[in-house]
Amino acid sequence: MSHATATTIPAPSYVAALVRVLKSFALLRESWVGMIGAGIVIFWVLVAILAPFLSPFDPLATLQPYAKPLTPFAGGGTFWLGTDHIGRDILSRIIWGSRTVLIYAPLAAFTAYAVGIMMGVAAGYFGGWIDDLLSGIADIILSFPVLVLYIIIIATFGASPINIILAITFATGPVVMRIVRGLVLDLKNRDYVAAAQTRGESSWRIMLVEILPNARGPLIVDACLRLGYVIITIGVLGFLGLGLPPPDPDWGGMINETRQMAMFAPHMTLFPCIAISSLILGFNLLADGLREISLRD
Amino acid sequence: MTSSSDIPVLEIQDLNISYYTRAGEIPAVIDFSLTVNKGETVGLVGESGCGKSTVAWAVMQYMGHNGRIKSGTINFKGRNLNELSGENLRRIRGSEISMIYQEPFAALNPSLTVASQLMEVPITHERSSEKEAWERSLQILSDVRLPDPERIMRAYPHQLSGGQQQRVVIAMALLSKPSLLLLDEPTTALDVTVEAGIVKLIADISRKFGTSQIYISHNLGLILEICDRVFVMYSGEVVEEGSIHSIFTWPKHPYTHGLFGCIALPTADKNAAPLKPIRGQLPLPHERPRGCNFGPRCDYFQAGTCDVEAIMMEPVIGSQATDHGVRCVRWNQIEFGTEVAHGDAKPPIEIGERVLEVERMQKYYEVHDRSIAALISGRRIKLVKANEALDFDARRGETVAIVGESGCGKSTFAKVLMGLECSTGGVLRYEGREIGNLPVQKRSPRQLGSLQMIFQNPSDTLNPSHTVGGQIGRVIKKFGVESDKVKIRERVLKLLDLVKLPQDFYLRRPRQLSGGQKQRVGIARAFAGNPSMVIADEPVSALDVSVAAAVTELLTDIQREHKTTLLFISHDLSVVRYLADRIVVMYLGQIMERGTTAQIFAPPYHPYTEALLSAVPIADPEVSKREIVLQGNLPSVLNPPKGCPFVTRCPRKLGEICERERPPMQMAAEGHAIACHIPLDELRKVEPVISVPEEAERIHARQEVGAGED
Repeated sequence: MSHATATTIPAPSYVAALVRVLKSFALLRESWVGMIGAGIVIFWVLVAILAPFLSPFDPLATLQPYAKPLTPFAGGGTFWLGTDHIGRDILSRIIWGSRTVLIYAPLAAFTAYAVGIMMGVAAGYFGGWIDDLLSGIADIILSFPVLVLYIIIIATFGASPINIILAITFATGPVVMRIVRGLVLDLKNRDYVAAAQTRGESSWRIMLVEILPNARGPLIVDACLRLGYVIITIGVLGFLGLGLPPPDPDWGGMINETRQMAMFAPHMTLFPCIAISSLILGFNLLADGLREISLRD
Repeated sequence: MTSSSDIPVLEIQDLNISYYTRAGEIPAVIDFSLTVNKGETVGLVGESGCGKSTVAWAVMQYMGHNGRIKSGTINFKGRNLNELSGENLRRIRGSEISMIYQEPFAALNPSLTVASQLMEVPITHERSSEKEAWERSLQILSDVRLPDPERIMRAYPHQLSGGQQQRVVIAMALLSKPSLLLLDEPTTALDVTVEAGIVKLIADISRKFGTSQIYISHNLGLILEICDRVFVMYSGEVVEEGSIHSIFTWPKHPYTHGLFGCIALPTADKNAAPLKPIRGQLPLPHERPRGCNFGPRCDYFQAGTCDVEAIMMEPVIGSQATDHGVRCVRWNQIEFGTEVAHGDAKPPIEIGERVLEVERMQKYYEVHDRSIAALISGRRIKLVKANEALDFDARRGETVAIVGESGCGKSTFAKVLMGLECSTGGVLRYEGREIGNLPVQKRSPRQLGSLQMIFQNPSDTLNPSHTVGGQIGRVIKKFGVESDKVKIRERVLKLLDLVKLPQDFYLRRPRQLSGGQKQRVGIARAFAGNPSMVIADEPVSALDVSVAAAVTELLTDIQREHKTTLLFISHDLSVVRYLADRIVVMYLGQIMERGTTAQIFAPPYHPYTEALLSAVPIADPEVSKREIVLQGNLPSVLNPPKGCPFVTRCPRKLGEICERERPPMQMAAEGHAIACHIPLDELRKVEPVISVPEEAERIHARQEVGAGED
């Protein structure tokens, strides 16, 4: 035992915390599925970060309409994935579009989670009328068809990034709340919660410091899945013309704008579709991998 | 089939089992041999992680995805189970070998009636007709002494009590007339008085049906009551084997001997003869030492002898039992001085002024009945009397035990005391101030800190997300003991010293700690605010025997040093007898009997105390006990009996008066009160339940080792 040497214990630093998080991700190596998922996600994140260097053309510039994939451009360079009906390079638009997706989807998922966690923790911990009220609100929202809900919200408030995030939060928050509430109902009966209560901690501290961190395992897995759904949602909204206002590149919007040409110029629709699917697949595989690891001992 | 009675039912030879995990191959069972003869009950005893359950799984050939039998044979009636096909195994499982698990409610399907679950057995295995299956199921239910088997057959599992459920599980296992029954801690989840009934049933089974049994338990007392032979396991190996009598009277292995020093036998005393915990901890399976696995914890360890090569099982020569074996190279050089190891005597704690006064305290819960019947009758609110007219006190430095089974209201009382609930009547005075109506939010940091709690479940007591140091430090800050960061840390380190944990545990997280270590942190946390009173809710019942002894000793040492009042909540009367100065026996929210420890353990008894005393297994073959097995179930708290709460199960019920009227509190002696209708003179006439022979009359004292035995 190291009684004598241990008098100088370093305070837990943020570096140590970071190392711990990285170590827990290192466990992902044990799951092939998780590794593939993480690979795909990291690929798209890098693409989004390095967009200015990777994209061969200006994504908004009209260069040469209806170019097939691999067509060389007269002004130098090649349209690797072809161009769309108004002559914008599809590869560049997909590369820049990844930024839109990877900014707004996590942002929307984050706000949905913030709202859902707050509601769920309060409903689960307090119970009684607070639970009845919050669960009632959630049930009402969840009983609407999601798509109708989006259309109503965005048609009313207009299509803008903030409104999209609000709409997604509104529709997804209750789902998250249900999950969190269930987890809290189980965790609040633990002895360490009773210990916190008997030392007179405030309810908020107990909820956020004592209970919530212990729900993180299932929540992280769910967040990865949920992020995939949000990407689908943003894509769908784009496709319905309720997404980000043009001309900014947006994968869902790209599919929508070009769908009439899909019969004779399938590349215009196909590549954005592949982009969306691969990113969603990445998040889903990552979630599967994390779950698989968490179930193992 | 050619199974004659001389072929053993089960013969395991040189079995080695490993689990394959992230950390690599982990040997779980090493060099394990065992024979079970027809009608014999063999006990496997050991602490958690010793491999006792793995042996049972191996017999069932059900190792999970990462376990594998590496070598050895498991012969069941002459057939090697390791080589049987899945089809043949299926035929044996559940018909010739049955297994009974720890938790009966997990073993029964909640959505099927008892009848359909029982009848399935003869229908699948013997293709019986429905009618025949029904009749046999009914018969077996009365064989396991379930009252009103017709009603039980139609019931769903949730309509039965825990004890009834376990009887149904046992009935199901017996239905196919198995030759071998595996019981893995079948009574651990049950209350003591219920356990006593099940234990008696299990002991009768082998007599009545001729079933061989393997009984797995951590409880030496139960093993003594049930088994013919016992195998003591430690860290994957059998360290000692032999007949019950020879192992319990003349243990040869230092581990077995040490175990007896860890349990609160009637001869132990917290001042004169304290428990002697085995030092150190169980080695992790992948960090086992060279040579003897027990070496690092053994007082008789000899470097160069014990740590050279793997130790083999040796027969104990000179023992009158022919099958006594021990895995210790030095067994014939070791002389255990006294019969049971004891620690050094300690000074008794001084008892000071009254700290806690409870006078006619009650806690009623309102339960809202939302059924239509309640709506029509107008009785929508039912009262649950969790605590009814509690009356007792506690003094500084004293240990007061509250004893009772589940549902007796002891935890409710703890909640009221801690301010998590408010009392609904009576007086609850702590250090001169009424706190029964003072919820935790309204208590001052000083008050909070002076009244703290140690929780039962080590895996639950610490928050897995925060470091040990952070959790103790938070308490210190919250109670205003210290506010400066550096000083808080100094105090945390001091507290870690107090509970004998190394200081580098400061940055550890709970999952890096063993159960005993977590419980120590829990104690440190409770003592962080310099409490004058600590409530301990079954603090050691979830720990292994050797660890529990260490934690118990630690708790009494700290209590001695700080003159803390300890309110010890427990169902285990042997630990209570060891620890407590005074005892309060509760049943269904009411006090049945209270008095000093000596008064409680000697007549006159309340009939319930008598049954409790009889129910607690004692791991000493020379202690004799009067057998009192309670019939019936614990009544629902929603609908308690009108008169005496114990009337439904009382073996000494007088008659109608018990059902109609609350029993009076009779004062048997100064401070000894019994709530019973039976006159004190009648109660005084009974024999003591537990009789311990005088030290001089003990087999050991008579030096008759090797003398004739029947």
